[in-house]
Amino acid sequence: MTMTMASVGAPRADASTADPKTQRRPMRRSTRIAVALSSAALGLLYVTPLWHIGLTAPQYPEGLGFFIWLNRMSGEKPQDLNSINGLNHYIGMKEIVPASFPELHYMPLAVGVLIGLGLLAAAWGQRKALYAWTAVFAAGALAGLADFWRWGYQYGHDLNPRAAIKIEGMSYQPPLLGGKQLLNFHATSWPGAGGWVAIGVLLIAVTLTVREWRSARSRAG
Amino acid sequence: MPSTARAVRAALLAALATAAGTSACGKSSAPLGAATDAAARVYVAPGQYDELYAFMSGGFSGNVTVYGLPSGRLLQQIPVFSQYPEKGYGYNEETKAMLNTSYGFIPWDDAHHPQLSITDGKADGRWLFINGNNTPRIARLDLTRFETDEIIEIPNSAGGHGSPYLTENSEYAVSATRFAVPEPQQDMSIRDGKFGGMLTFVKIDPKSGHMSLAYQIHVPGYDYDLARSGKGPSRDWSFFTSYNTEEAKTLLEANASQKDKDYIAAVNRKAAEQCVAQGKTKDWNTPYLHNLVGEDGIARSETIKSEKILEVADCPGVLYFLPTPKSPHGVDVDPTGEFIVAGGKLATTIPVHSFSKMVKAIADKAFDGDVGGIPVLKYDAIIAGEVQNPGLGPLHTEFDGKGYAYTSVFISSEIVKFSLTDFKVVDRIPTYYSIGHLMIPGGDTEHPYGKYVIALNKITKDRYLPTGPELTQAGQLYDITGDKMKLLLDFPMTGEPHYAQALPASILKDKSLKTYALATSTDPYVTKSEKDVKVVRQGNKVHVYMTAIRSHFLPDNIEGIQVGDSVFFHVTNLEQDWDVPHGFAMLGAQNAELLVMPGQTRTLVWAPLRPGIYPFYCTDFCSALHQEMQGYMRVSAKGSATKLAWNGGAGALK
Repeated sequence: MTMTMASVGAPRADASTADPKTQRRPMRRSTRIAVALSSAALGLLYVTPLWHIGLTAPQYPEGLGFFIWLNRMSGEKPQDLNSINGLNHYIGMKEIVPASFPELHYMPLAVGVLIGLGLLAAAWGQRKALYAWTAVFAAGALAGLADFWRWGYQYGHDLNPRAAIKIEGMSYQPPLLGGKQLLNFHATSWPGAGGWVAIGVLLIAVTLTVREWRSARSRAG
Repeated sequence: MPSTARAVRAALLAALATAAGTSACGKSSAPLGAATDAAARVYVAPGQYDELYAFMSGGFSGNVTVYGLPSGRLLQQIPVFSQYPEKGYGYNEETKAMLNTSYGFIPWDDAHHPQLSITDGKADGRWLFINGNNTPRIARLDLTRFETDEIIEIPNSAGGHGSPYLTENSEYAVSATRFAVPEPQQDMSIRDGKFGGMLTFVKIDPKSGHMSLAYQIHVPGYDYDLARSGKGPSRDWSFFTSYNTEEAKTLLEANASQKDKDYIAAVNRKAAEQCVAQGKTKDWNTPYLHNLVGEDGIARSETIKSEKILEVADCPGVLYFLPTPKSPHGVDVDPTGEFIVAGGKLATTIPVHSFSKMVKAIADKAFDGDVGGIPVLKYDAIIAGEVQNPGLGPLHTEFDGKGYAYTSVFISSEIVKFSLTDFKVVDRIPTYYSIGHLMIPGGDTEHPYGKYVIALNKITKDRYLPTGPELTQAGQLYDITGDKMKLLLDFPMTGEPHYAQALPASILKDKSLKTYALATSTDPYVTKSEKDVKVVRQGNKVHVYMTAIRSHFLPDNIEGIQVGDSVFFHVTNLEQDWDVPHGFAMLGAQNAELLVMPGQTRTLVWAPLRPGIYPFYCTDFCSALHQEMQGYMRVSAKGSATKLAWNGGAGALK
């Protein structure tokens, strides 16, 4: 990391000195610094929760909830996940068992790779590296959201037919983003601190990409 | 005939009109004696919390009750000295031992004086201590769980009234014998026998709160009534009132009221500790019990037969008598530790002794003779002042920390406020009726919270809707923030409330336990998962390791129980969610229900008398499917071939 940062700081060819022979199209220095810092910021995902699912009900004014981290799930209060599973058994929902999610095994690795790619892109300094990094990041984020939705769908629809509470046409899929009333519970789904960091970094990556793209096109034109 | 009827009706109407008139004047239009802004002062809006927790002695209920102030709302009842079927206290296997004494299992006592643990003369919110008067005991309650954790019996004692009255940093709880008896106990003539008394000092471990008997001082056979330990300059002293220095044994109301003065016994604890350390005590071997809840949540009893008895003659300087008028009841030390206020039940003044004068009188040997080797100090040498016209029957005094004392006055049924500067009465207000103790939050400590005083009344008469011959017990809340006391609220109480304590809610509310941690439970009978439920037969004892979670028990079908078996239901509440207890009730159980808190294990013993199918169910409305939370036991005749079987875990029943 220190090496990388040092190399980022080192004087490098700037857009105006592109070497047409080797097709080198370097990013602006500010872009490279931003990419490096943004990539490093993704390290916060290891220490902050990615997502938060919250539940409130008349009987739970203090709320129940759990956090999804890169590699684990944790109750908002120590026993919340147990309590939520206990309540879910009434509607026949499967128990939420963190160990059963393969995502929690490979997400730390995936984010590590993303950080590495970002730092490499910054070090190399080529625009196409930035484009590639942004594309991989965006694709990963979309895939993650889709996966999250798929799990929500599965938990919300795959209900035990012998459940105590069965309501015709009712499913219990939590919202992908925002709030939703599910029987007596109001469920919310929002990014956690880590999720906001990821969203922020992705927005920065897209902005940088657009800026570099425009500047490349204006030079080409 | 019609005219007669009309006359009767007219007479009735007249009577009703008179009654209505009286009612309008006396009760309905303005609450009797209440301040005009009283409603606003005590109103706690729905969903809001009270300002203070108050702990009231439950008197002959044997419990402690917890109230919110200023609303006067009952929040909880904590069983201490009495069996309490609602919680299974004293019935289930985990708590039965709490009620063991050297006299056997005693399922009741008369709870008198709650005392919050104090650090630097201020309530610290760790524990509450309370004495049982009848079979002398002191209990310690935990204030995160609001449960009784420990009860120590006081040996060589009869009537543990002057108790527990802690010292400045909760180093000791004390106990004094209200009834003189032979010391040690023996068969002798009531009339001619020489009785004695004991002043007992119970050491409190500063970390665990565990109590142990430190020493007992053998004193003359008077009736020792109430106690207080000193503060600040007087911190090393404890004071005990006595009455019946006449040593009468019959018809005490007259025979014990003959002398002009009885005594306050002043104990120098430093001197006592020194004598104990020097081995000047005698060893007695009266058995007494110490009951303690272990780390695993189960109470166990230990019989101890060893007391260190200090004879006053062997330890000069340990005890002095302060002459005090007319059968004094309360003895209360002001926040500075200088003034010792006595409530002479039959006196026409309130004597206020001076601690510094007392120390000087001892140094000057200003004695008025001695009683059995105990120096009696000269009254004039120790008195700081006498409060004139305090009403009839002053009993107890609390302090507001602003230089005023508030004394409950039983016979004239009032609270009298006087200045500690000139000992003049500055205000008085009626109580309804016949106040016993009174309590200012922190008013017995070095740092009173003040603001309110509560009258703990002995009689309610017409204050509430009548409920047959037995009327409710009650307290009254008064505002003391201004020059004049103002009545704010009447509120009913259970048992007979004697003394009380209160502290700001902020000290306790955030450390209140919500659930017991199931994962770290060390209860030997815990079942941590439904996979582990089982039924084990050991001879004619059958142990059922059962779980409860919304909304089922497991196992909930059990077969193979026989008449003659004792079935131990070890019910673990698997919930780890706040406010989700489960109950357990068994048809024909001869004890009580279980009420099991989340993460807790409690055990009920049941001995079925005849074959049949016996349902059990959850008694605490736990969920929408609470009514479905039930199960069956099959009981067969003794020697039946029906095999032990159950559902859940490795059970064979499906």
